[in-house]
Amino acid sequence: MKLVQRLVPWILLAIALFILPAILDDFRLNLFGRYFALAITALAIDLIWGYTGLLSLGQGIFFSLGGYAVAMNLMLNTKSEAGGNGIPKFFENYGVEQLPFFWQPFWSPTFTLIALWLIPAIVAGLVGYLIFRNRIKGVYFSIITQAALMVFYHFFNGQQKLINGTNGLKTSTTELFGMLVGSPDMQLWLYRLTVVLLPVAYLICRYFTSGRFGDALIAIRDDEQRLRFTGFNPVPFKTIVFLVAGALCGVSGALYTVQTGIVSPQFMSISNSIEMVIWVAVGGRGTLVGPIIGATLVNYLRSLVSEALPELWLFVQGALFIFVVVLMPDGIYGWFKNGGFRTLLAAFGIAPKARTYPKLDENATALEELS
Amino acid sequence: MTQPLLELHDVSVSFDGFYALTDLSLTLNKGELKSIIGPNGAGKTTFLDVITGKVRPTKGTVTFRGKSLVGLSEQRISREGIGRKFQTPRVFENLTVLRNLELAVSPHKSAFNLLIDKLPTSAKDEVQRLMHYVGLAPFATTRAGSLSHGQKQWLAIATLVAQAPEVLLLDEPVAGLTDEETVRTAELIKSLAGDHTVVVIEHDMEFIRDLNAPVTVLHQGQLLTEGPLEQVKADPRVIEVYLGQSDD
Repeated sequence: MKLVQRLVPWILLAIALFILPAILDDFRLNLFGRYFALAITALAIDLIWGYTGLLSLGQGIFFSLGGYAVAMNLMLNTKSEAGGNGIPKFFENYGVEQLPFFWQPFWSPTFTLIALWLIPAIVAGLVGYLIFRNRIKGVYFSIITQAALMVFYHFFNGQQKLINGTNGLKTSTTELFGMLVGSPDMQLWLYRLTVVLLPVAYLICRYFTSGRFGDALIAIRDDEQRLRFTGFNPVPFKTIVFLVAGALCGVSGALYTVQTGIVSPQFMSISNSIEMVIWVAVGGRGTLVGPIIGATLVNYLRSLVSEALPELWLFVQGALFIFVVVLMPDGIYGWFKNGGFRTLLAAFGIAPKARTYPKLDENATALEELS
Repeated sequence: MTQPLLELHDVSVSFDGFYALTDLSLTLNKGELKSIIGPNGAGKTTFLDVITGKVRPTKGTVTFRGKSLVGLSEQRISREGIGRKFQTPRVFENLTVLRNLELAVSPHKSAFNLLIDKLPTSAKDEVQRLMHYVGLAPFATTRAGSLSHGQKQWLAIATLVAQAPEVLLLDEPVAGLTDEETVRTAELIKSLAGDHTVVVIEHDMEFIRDLNAPVTVLHQGQLLTEGPLEQVKADPRVIEVYLGQSDD
């Protein structure tokens, strides 16, 4: 049983890497690539919300920053996108003749690869530090992150001359390694990259949530004041996880952008960031595995429902959220782990019913040991 | 005359004009065991809040080893060596007993150290010793949230001792415990005194008698009297404000 459990992640990885590309057509495979990219964001949110209790409604900021970073690099390095001055064509529409200064470093692929997670991390670290240092918690934290999201949204939306405003940056027609980014071959490689990076993101989150550091995060979530009296300063803990989550969202946004073919300020819409939280709630908070399931499942469902009845999705999503909050407070994975599945089988008479008060027996043996 | 370990001088705390503490002066010497009693609203908990940095005094000074504590953050004061147990046993409910203790026993309390350092063997031994001492060893892997009230109280005290503070401030350590548990807790606290300086806030008179420590009576944020329990009990002012209701 232990061996099987140890093999499960490898089997899933093998399925995602080899079997899915074989059985799914290009379009579906690309969709799964997007789901897995979004699952990295879900992991990040689990790290800060599920473990540390920081309900951020502004992860879209970091997600988009990663997306914009990669899109800017692709735009610059594609000849067909270049206009008269050798800078991306869209600038001509607004009469911009010189590349804005902050675009300059994005000529370099190396810089871009670092920037797509480092810039979100720095922004998250700074914003986080200021918020946490002033002991802003709970609902106020959520409101501030949402307000920050709106600031970024309106900035990106309004600045046509800097980053093409509401139109966003299109990446599907750009080139990478001489291949069109939107081409099936390139998309397959991006899918593979995502499938490899998702477990890496999982391991990063595992690293931060296991051991005493992870215990301290849970302690912050449960009783921050008490942790202070134990001699710990919660501020660095929170800042570190918020920074790490920001970096992960940046990677996630970059992967999502190249597989969707566009990055636009819509990524920073309020509903988008709230949906990210829903994936985590549906999958199961504080489990790391749950959010991956949640993000993949909810987005898959979204594709299916949107294809069949486009206007129905929002209702389904709302119903799903209410269903999970009311009936499965620990999410799908938490429900499964707490024996929910067994309870379900037992209800139909397939599995034996659980003993009542199994704790009582444990205590009895424990008491015997004591005396 | 040596310098007292902890000294409160003329401390007043006002919440929007209401004085929770008024000109309170109190000294604690090294290794001393002191109990504080007083009716509800006497300012006992505020007294602890002032020492541990949760509440800033409106007036007066709090010095620990000759250093002012006023304005320091809770975690700084805790690292200076002042530990506190709360009125309700606040333990981290979603962590196991073992992990509650391991977190508290951590020698370096920075985020970086927690991420990189392995817990030293000496600290692990200390955790085992404490768990056995308070009888929670069989529950090492039990979530603290599913312990009984008495067990939580003991876990709270054990985590406090694990922090290895010089001064232990115990707010109602026996609230809700059975008589047997109360006696055991009194023994535990007495064994801690000497190495540590201990302040106990309690309502339970039996327990105070068991502790056999000098008693300080607070009333309406002021120090009413100090002395051995028998002497304090004979004081007519104390009888009037406190014991008159409970001991007659």
